[in-house]
Amino acid sequence: MDDLLTEFLTETNESIDTVDNELVRLEQNPNDKAVLDNIFRLVHTIKGTCGFLGLPRLESVAHSAENVLGKFRDGELFVTPGLVSQILEALDTIKMILQGLEQTGNEPEGDDSDLIARLDLAAEGKFEDAAPVAAPEPAPVVADSRAETEKLLGRSLKPGEVTLDELEAAFAAAAGPEEVEAAAPLAPAAKAEPKKARVEAKPAAAPVEARDGEDGGAKGNQSIRVSVDLLEGLMNLVSELVLTRNQLLQIARRNENSEFSVPLQRLSQCTTELQEGVMKTRMQPIGNAWSKLPRIIRDLSHELDKKIELEMKGADTELDRQVLELIKDPLTHMVRNSADHGIEMPAERVAKGKSETGHVRLNAYHEGGHIIIEIADDGRGLNVDRLRQKIVEVGLVSEAEAEGMSDNQIHKFIFHPGLSTAEKVTSVSGRGVGMDVVRSNIEKIGGTIELDSVAGKGTRFAIKIPLTLAIVSALIVESGGERFAVPQISVLELVRAAPGSEYRIEFVNNAPVLRLRSRLLPLVHLHRILGLEPKTANDNDEAFIVVTQVGSFTFGIVVDEVFDTEEIVVKPVAPILKNLSVYSGNTILGDGSVIMILDPNGVANATATVQHNQQEDSQEVRARSLENEHESMLLFRAGSENPKAVPLSLVARLEDIDVSTIEFADGKPMVQYRGSLMPLVTVDDKCQLVTEGRQAVLVFADGDKTMGLAVDQILDIVETELKIELSSESNGRLGTAVVAGKVTEIMDVGHYLKLAFKDYLRAKPQELNAANAQQPRVLLIDDSSFFRNMLKPLLAAGGYDVTSVSSAEEALALREEGEVFDLIISDIEMPGLNGFEFAAEVRGQGRWADTPLVALSSLASGADFEKGRAAGFNDYVAKFDRDSLLSILDEQLELTRTAA
Amino acid sequence: MSLQSNEFVTIRLAGQLLGIPVLLVHDVLKLQNVTRVPLSPGWVAGVLNLRGRIVTAIDLRNRLGLPPRGANEKAPMSVVVDHKGEPYSLLIDSVGEVLRLDDTLYEKNPVTLDARWREVSNGIYRLQDELLVVLDVRRLLDMDQALAA
Repeated sequence: MDDLLTEFLTETNESIDTVDNELVRLEQNPNDKAVLDNIFRLVHTIKGTCGFLGLPRLESVAHSAENVLGKFRDGELFVTPGLVSQILEALDTIKMILQGLEQTGNEPEGDDSDLIARLDLAAEGKFEDAAPVAAPEPAPVVADSRAETEKLLGRSLKPGEVTLDELEAAFAAAAGPEEVEAAAPLAPAAKAEPKKARVEAKPAAAPVEARDGEDGGAKGNQSIRVSVDLLEGLMNLVSELVLTRNQLLQIARRNENSEFSVPLQRLSQCTTELQEGVMKTRMQPIGNAWSKLPRIIRDLSHELDKKIELEMKGADTELDRQVLELIKDPLTHMVRNSADHGIEMPAERVAKGKSETGHVRLNAYHEGGHIIIEIADDGRGLNVDRLRQKIVEVGLVSEAEAEGMSDNQIHKFIFHPGLSTAEKVTSVSGRGVGMDVVRSNIEKIGGTIELDSVAGKGTRFAIKIPLTLAIVSALIVESGGERFAVPQISVLELVRAAPGSEYRIEFVNNAPVLRLRSRLLPLVHLHRILGLEPKTANDNDEAFIVVTQVGSFTFGIVVDEVFDTEEIVVKPVAPILKNLSVYSGNTILGDGSVIMILDPNGVANATATVQHNQQEDSQEVRARSLENEHESMLLFRAGSENPKAVPLSLVARLEDIDVSTIEFADGKPMVQYRGSLMPLVTVDDKCQLVTEGRQAVLVFADGDKTMGLAVDQILDIVETELKIELSSESNGRLGTAVVAGKVTEIMDVGHYLKLAFKDYLRAKPQELNAANAQQPRVLLIDDSSFFRNMLKPLLAAGGYDVTSVSSAEEALALREEGEVFDLIISDIEMPGLNGFEFAAEVRGQGRWADTPLVALSSLASGADFEKGRAAGFNDYVAKFDRDSLLSILDEQLELTRTAA
Repeated sequence: MSLQSNEFVTIRLAGQLLGIPVLLVHDVLKLQNVTRVPLSPGWVAGVLNLRGRIVTAIDLRNRLGLPPRGANEKAPMSVVVDHKGEPYSLLIDSVGEVLRLDDTLYEKNPVTLDARWREVSNGIYRLQDELLVVLDVRRLLDMDQALAA
């Protein structure tokens, strides 16, 4: 193919994409003169160049389209969706011809007289808007069949390749014999036009130059077109150069004072700059991947009869071309999904009190070495019930399991292959191939995808991907005698652990953990995941811990040895090894050996599934705990032989305090802890602090207040259903329960907080309302997990059946679900709906209108009290005042009973 | 079969003579510095650096169900072949010569051949003293089949 034609094709393809988008804009603002002029100029240029190159078919289509556009411009025709569809159809035909050109160098055979006739009719103003209904646009079908074909092929179509459907569409678009006859009278006109156009052709070339001039400034053209292959080639060379440089540096390091060292430094410097430069050429604004979306949304909204607005932010955010290519299709797919499944029909939206027009928002921005792309819609959200039903149908989980799963866990299943919740399969989506492909595509490039969906409010996806794939900084580690590279980007820090040092690996029921600042970090031994022989027999010998973050999950990878970091060129692993998810690639190190690059994602999946789930579950528990779910209990011994327990979620930290640092003030023991004083309390008076050595302490924290509970020994952490059998009369104990087969005292953390901070709390002696025959149901709403966790056992011990949620919105959702409670305790200060608003909402309508409401707050002023009453609260109690809380609950329930 | 395709590089594996079409062979080298790939199938011996390219090493003995190499046997040799654009290094015991074989010596796989061999063998040539099994590199390295094996 000659150069001129190649140049033409590239340029025209770009123009066409622009015209596509501009047309959609024009349709929205029919009076935008600037947009119209731009479209007209682009189409005109295409036409002109066609004539110049001798492409009659292309030229005649472009010409007819231009005619219509000309009428728009001259104000002789109004811009209507029907007319725009006609022009878009013409553009699709142009695209098809261009593809044929690219493939063969010649215009494909075909007859566009039908289209041209319609366009000409339109130009004469005889076109009616009803027409496009009879002759549907081929575009969406084509786009879709393309995706379908690509799926079949298992690769994307090369430029110029045409799918079967596209061919069929082309044939359909071409007029049959009868139509030719019908169009015959018009044909001479079409034939006559090219001649005229050819005359225009030469002047038409001028605007192209002029436009380039505008872009490049007065000095003329400042940019050149370079083929992607050339750039890729350069990039590969630079990659090799980096590797060789690394090798040289390694050699130079061994031979100090070599005369090579200075030039080598220079070479190294240049290589780095060259690498950066070439990387920059690969950077492209993400808007390039979005350029087709306005058209897709426009076509979709027409096809589906929805009103959809696409908002795009951060289109100029740059990322690597290769990454861009890889996320293009997933993005398109997701936007389509949002428009098709997410956004409701206009009538449905209005009925729900939303604006008629649905919104799909795209947002891209940089964060660290990553780029974040968000795709959000304000549609109906994921249908959890349907999904739940579906995953059971498909047999992914059992019914019972599905019931026990939280909404969030259910949401994740949309990434499973073969699941689609669309009620019917549309031409757009709903075939159940999609989100799994999206996820695997994103994960393939080291990205993650998160999902957030609220029923009725919409769905939001966040994709996090690395800026570039080619060269990354990696940490070289050794485990089981083999070396591995860990991408630096997912490494948070390195910790050296050894027996007797500040950091050491501890075990909770054989699961290795590390105390790292205020948290327990789950650990995995790399050699275990990889099935390698450990270096030493003992797991808790000296080791290095690579603290790694995957999404929101932080864990430590235990390795034997940590070497330096190296710039590595990521090369994909051989297809035979592709299914090993623990590797993201391999590379050649400075010393010439090959090293496998670990994929922290894969490592987390391979081993930490259990921990991950547990972490998620605990988040779930905090977010919403219905029914008698399992609680993690921390077992310890203090004073007596039988174990005691507190909910693990209440424990901020476990500490081991040197007894000599314990000081006494006002006769009470305390330690200096993190810059402030932490009072120490014992389980009861009989219990003493140890006199020498180290004292084990459970640290409880609430806001800035911390309190240490001295214990003799920390025993274990167990998951158990918390069922308090006997309520206790003695202070500091909620009651007794059977935990891990042993009679265990459940401690009341609130009591110790009171002991430690006398001024903070008021104590009123009040008898516990022991086991009520019929347990009243209490709903507890508090955004602070600390209070929920503290009050829940307390209320349970008081004989209430407690359901706790973290927000007023969740509580209202329960109301919608038809839950009934005898009493509701609500916090006042909450994000989202606050307590007052919540009370007003509850009192206003619904089945809870008569349920007693008790406000719970740390703000206990008279004004607040009055405000609470006005909002509909029956009573008000200060946080921490457990006794008055219980008495108020009793009182309120008594009131309702007598009223009933 | 074109004329050139019956030129073979002969290799030896646990005593058995095998042939690989000469055009498929890129390199013959002494095995050096193989990086193990934990969790990979047993027949993947690891990865190695061949002049800047990363090559996957296939333990042919394992792939063909032969007993592993004894400790005191010679260090393995490796024949590098390309499959679908990816280089693979086949670990073998020794490399012989390049043989040009006459079509008349060719036989189809005997039905009694072990299934694992039949799958990767393209037939057999009757040499004077012994038999040469033609390795079908494509099928040998085809991932799905290989994974199923």
